[in-house]
Amino acid sequence: MSATPLLQIKNLKVYYYVEQGAVKAVDDISFNMELGVKMGLVGESGSGKSTMALALMRMIKPPGKIVGGQMLLDGTDLIKLSEEQMRQIKLSRLAMIPQGAMNSLNPVMRIDKQLVDGMLDHNVIMTKEEREKRVGALLEMVDLAPKVAKMYPHELSGGMQQRVTVAQSISMEPDLIIADEPTSALDVVIQRQVMETINRLQQRLGLSVILIGHDMGLMAQTVDRLAVMYAGKLMEIGETRAMFRHPLHPYTELLIKSLPVLENKGVFSGIPGITPSLLNPPTGCVFHPRCPKAWDLCEKTTPPFTEVESGRWVACHLNTA
Amino acid sequence: MSTPLIELKNVTKIFGGKKDFTVALEDMTFAVQENFPKIITIAGESGSGKTTMGMLMLGFYQPTIGQVLFRGQPLSALDRATMFQYRREIQAIFQDPFAVYNPFYKVDNLLSIPIKNFKLAKSGAESRELMEEALERVGLRPEETLGRYPHQLSGGQRQRIAVARALLLKPKLLITDEPVSMVDASLRSTILKALRSLNRDFGVPIFYITHDLTTAYHISDYIIILYRGSVMEVGNVDTIIRNPQHPYTKLLVASIPWPNPDLPWGGAEDMIQKSQVAFKAITGCKFAPRCPYKFDICDTKAPELFMVEHDRAAACYLYRDHEVLSREELSRVFPEA
Repeated sequence: MSATPLLQIKNLKVYYYVEQGAVKAVDDISFNMELGVKMGLVGESGSGKSTMALALMRMIKPPGKIVGGQMLLDGTDLIKLSEEQMRQIKLSRLAMIPQGAMNSLNPVMRIDKQLVDGMLDHNVIMTKEEREKRVGALLEMVDLAPKVAKMYPHELSGGMQQRVTVAQSISMEPDLIIADEPTSALDVVIQRQVMETINRLQQRLGLSVILIGHDMGLMAQTVDRLAVMYAGKLMEIGETRAMFRHPLHPYTELLIKSLPVLENKGVFSGIPGITPSLLNPPTGCVFHPRCPKAWDLCEKTTPPFTEVESGRWVACHLNTA
Repeated sequence: MSTPLIELKNVTKIFGGKKDFTVALEDMTFAVQENFPKIITIAGESGSGKTTMGMLMLGFYQPTIGQVLFRGQPLSALDRATMFQYRREIQAIFQDPFAVYNPFYKVDNLLSIPIKNFKLAKSGAESRELMEEALERVGLRPEETLGRYPHQLSGGQRQRIAVARALLLKPKLLITDEPVSMVDASLRSTILKALRSLNRDFGVPIFYITHDLTTAYHISDYIIILYRGSVMEVGNVDTIIRNPQHPYTKLLVASIPWPNPDLPWGGAEDMIQKSQVAFKAITGCKFAPRCPYKFDICDTKAPELFMVEHDRAAACYLYRDHEVLSREELSRVFPEA
């Protein structure tokens, strides 16, 4: 692999300060990501996956705060940048596809204007013809008809709106796109359509994509690497296929087992217990109260996040002891 | 045959005014017999009419054309006592485990109010006992649940209380509208399991309304696939998911994201691209504008349901050589096992 990964997250901590104390939404997370990779970040609600996405975009708002760590994009620590420097990087190097397209498009602005809005804001100088050409090219890349340029968001279906936000995100050909549950509001067929559009663009433009979500099925279908988050911490990270075939962390294992597949009709196995409060997380391993394989060490010591084989990291005493 | 518990008779539901309207459900005839302890999925994408069908059966929507009957009597004409019986015998579980609770009341209310209304307990102690028993049945610890406010419980816990409520009332029919779509993956199977045991152990028939074919396949016995208000395919869930026949069902099944990297999305590419067609009134088959197998007749006349096999039917001219399943006899493909 190349010398420096595209993205290096080192000991990132994001806390929300509320009356009762600090909610550790992202607690000491580290991972690397190479250029051209699609990585999935899965977790249940409250696992900190969306906070992770917002942190990468430096969009954490009070009472939330990035309290420690580094986020290196091509060696530049995003946390150290000024607001203005960060604004320059957004869209041009690092872009986001939001969860609900219907809430992120301007209802009273035509699509063509919304597509070039970000570019103009980044002082890209274009003639009128160049602008039209760019809009046409962007729409084509996401399989939308040229006439969409002159339409308003309400004239488009949910899937088409979401593809407009995909077009926006690639308008300045960034290196990394963060997609936060881009298809969770869409039907299966439209979901597949949008994901296939993102996949194709990823290959064509050589982008890296972080896909955030809770749907393991969608992850299995789309990403190369998978990172599993639980209660603000990373449990496991590795190649998607390897993780599904042979999960190392008990949480990953249970999560995969709980999924309905064609072969095991009528078998329902959930994960007993509930997700812990992030205000007052369990001692030791955060998963130990729900873990069927936990022993006394798990309650006392937090397992280190270690590389057990090339590219495969796990935070579990089973794999280090 | 005895009088069905609940029956939709040529029901059409139209939303909107004279000029700008949407046909949410078109000419639906369907009956549920009492003591038919099966789980039937009503599946489709948004706009398919699946929720409308549930709302009509729950009496929350009035049909534009046709009738909804409870034990042979139209819902609109039930007397007080029968209405009371209807409200008790037909129960619902909704999608959003947050919206069904009043944040100012303890979660106990969801259970104690029906006990009071339907006079299920003679004393406070007995009522408490009923509540505890129901909670334990769905895998909740009463001491960790009762006395709490909704915000103190997780979505999964709240949804299980809703199942406990249904259990308490031992309804004749339970209508669940996307009961697990807002619940985390690790808890989904717990809720599905609770629904399933309600069905198997107490013989409660369940209508499982969903867009998610994976959970539908797992929990149900039969499935009705709707598209823009009309039935596309209907019958045994195993045969339909494993070997779909209607082009629309093929498209849906091909787009299921199975949690297995070795089972990738495949097939139906030609249909995937065509799903941008504008929503307008269609005289023939609703799916014709997207269908790669389209015949001329598809544009002019909607197909009947054809019996593809003994336990399923598809509304598609590809199967016109097969016997026609009359709309009144839809439940013929739901043989009692």
